Amino acid sequence: MGKKTNIQLMVDGRRIDGRLPEQLREIEMKIGEIENADGSARVRFGNTEALVAVYGPRSLFPKFLQESDMAILRVVYSMAPFSVDERKNPAPDRRSIEISKVTKDALSGAVFLEEFPRTVIDVYEYIIQADGSTRVTAINAASLALASAGIPMKDLVAACSVGKIGDVLIVDLCGKEDNYSESDMAVAMMPSKGLITLLQMDGRLTKEEVLQLLKKAEENCKKIYEMQKKALLEKFKVVGED
Amino acid sequence: MKNFVEEALAQGKRIDGRDFLSFRKIEIVENVSKKAEGSALVKMGETKVIAGVKMDIGEPFKDSPNEGILIVNAEFSPISSPNIEPGPPDENAIELARIVDRVIRESHSIDLEKLFIEEGKVWTVYVDLTVLDMKGNLVDACVLSSLKALWNAKIPKIEDGKIVREEFSGKLPMVYKPVTVSICKYNNNFLIDPTDVEEELINAKLVVGVRDDDKICAIQKQGWGTFHISEIERCLDLAIEKSKELRRLI
Repeated sequence: MGKKTNIQLMVDGRRIDGRLPEQLREIEMKIGEIENADGSARVRFGNTEALVAVYGPRSLFPKFLQESDMAILRVVYSMAPFSVDERKNPAPDRRSIEISKVTKDALSGAVFLEEFPRTVIDVYEYIIQADGSTRVTAINAASLALASAGIPMKDLVAACSVGKIGDVLIVDLCGKEDNYSESDMAVAMMPSKGLITLLQMDGRLTKEEVLQLLKKAEENCKKIYEMQKKALLEKFKVVGED
Repeated sequence: MKNFVEEALAQGKRIDGRDFLSFRKIEIVENVSKKAEGSALVKMGETKVIAGVKMDIGEPFKDSPNEGILIVNAEFSPISSPNIEPGPPDENAIELARIVDRVIRESHSIDLEKLFIEEGKVWTVYVDLTVLDMKGNLVDACVLSSLKALWNAKIPKIEDGKIVREEFSGKLPMVYKPVTVSICKYNNNFLIDPTDVEEELINAKLVVGVRDDDKICAIQKQGWGTFHISEIERCLDLAIEKSKELRRLI
């Protein structure tokens, strides 16, 4: 982030991939592609694509890891070696470990974990292609995968990235914007009550700018939330109609 | 113990007598390791962390050939708690190191361009953090000790392309003094500098990095709790206000 570059990120009000500042990329959401999983979803934002499978609630071993009054949620975020410009070593790196941890925090608050004492819910996130905003794309997919596994949740979790180029606020950062914009922020929330479950920011922003970006993030999380609900209804509309 | 602390918090009190928006007593010892280019031990109440800076000649990254390199590492020493076993850093230690890294890097606190030596050669600055006593609020203590160590670090002398140890050519080119203030949400109240027992009771924390000019350089939400935008606004105000108390110590 904030690396020096000669790349022009914004020309005549258009971004490097031709989008307007507040325009999301083309978004595709599909539920249930992994037959073995209890729930799964694939979400694509432009050239960023995440596939997520949920297994559980299922028994947790070794036993000392169990919580007597609730389930635990585990998240593993990983990237395909071919998902980036230069081949990524498939072993987990420090970035992936941190993303797995913050994603676990972002999702745990939305799931009724107390319904399934002594069990585990495993969420596996796999990035097939990466062009910026991978953690939020994966969270959108993870939330759909959890819902499609029939796990009771307070709300879906919708997520998006926001940032700043010069004085212009942008949403849904692509890879080059992720690397070179002055500031960027990843936000996940439960939109119906406006509760933020993930927030990471770096750059150099005034307090007012942080709040402006948060408002932009909230607006766009709500748009993504509508798409998530649509994707779920498309998959499950048959239930109860026969 | 936990219940006792919880009862106190519910009444707006803390068992060490502090109010919600006070730090514990902070003590800093500089140059605790003579072999390090810079070092500092920070005691924040009962929490103790040590930071050391070492420097080496390295190759620059391809996309920034004129800039020095910063590498931050953190470890929870088995000295620090009965719950820590020797071994590679776990997710919490990795997250801690990455937050400290972002605060130092994104605030532009080090002028990395001044760490250019010659074509293909730059200084690599290693900041290694070790938690010695895990009694809560590790992020704020670690950022403070890292910055203190960086601000007193000296650059080793180079002769014939090699480092001469224990001789120095100047100070590390430092520009800003960023600090973090971690704000914890407890019911509808906010508190800072939690002890380890308080941390067990708190499920939402916002780590806010603030620079000398009040710009926010990093934010990380921790725990599975949630924040409303209006609560985040309050946290940012508190962080900016409280950051001044910590910055004075660097």
